[in-house]
Amino acid sequence: MILFAGVLIYAANDLPYRGDPDNLMHVEKSVTNTQVKGNYFVQNAYRDARTPNMVTVVLGDYRSIDTFGEQVVIYTAGLITLLVLRRTRKIRRALK
Amino acid sequence: MRRQFDSPIVILGSRLLSPYIMVFGWYVIFHGHYSPGGGFQGGALLAASILLIRVAGGRRISRLQIQEFATTPLAVIGVVIYFATGLVSMAMGGYFLDYEMLPIPGLDPAWLRYYGILIIEIGIGLAVMAILIMIYDNMVRGEDYA
Repeated sequence: MILFAGVLIYAANDLPYRGDPDNLMHVEKSVTNTQVKGNYFVQNAYRDARTPNMVTVVLGDYRSIDTFGEQVVIYTAGLITLLVLRRTRKIRRALK
Repeated sequence: MRRQFDSPIVILGSRLLSPYIMVFGWYVIFHGHYSPGGGFQGGALLAASILLIRVAGGRRISRLQIQEFATTPLAVIGVVIYFATGLVSMAMGGYFLDYEMLPIPGLDPAWLRYYGILIIEIGIGLAVMAILIMIYDNMVRGEDYA
């Protein structure tokens, strides 16, 4: 346990500083000199949707079909509880 | 829930807490454009405020608030709000869930996207709230009938 914590702390020393604009994930071109995709959202989120919260724009606008899928997953979970957990009188009579 | 007994302290405490949790849930939904939050989190908070009354007061008091049969239609309404937003924008000539094409007059495309995100967050919040309440109700009723 202590060894594992030591390994994690040693690895955390090499992490880049938070909010540093020169970080590898914030630059426009990656190491292999290709365009970084997430850069577009960072630069254009406010201009496209007038919303300061970038996460909301990505969830609600750029990736909205994914969010719709999440909602349908939750809805399906609710319907499954309707089917499985609720026992009507008829089923109860049949179980006797 | 075989045996129920009333405790005025628990009822009073949950009555005091529940409206504030509900207001905070609406705040999280509507302020999701500016701060962390959104439909899922706000819906969970709304469900928490209603489930607090349900756990504290039992079924007879909770019947005054949101009845058990009302949860499934609310969930369907929440999903349909989201889907209809996508379908309307597709019918007006855009892509599916392309909020630029929503038929709200007098707004820039960027502000249309703003309000489109707000509409779908409200849909998500309604659906999540109704489904969490529905899961609780079904668990309680299933135990009653077993």
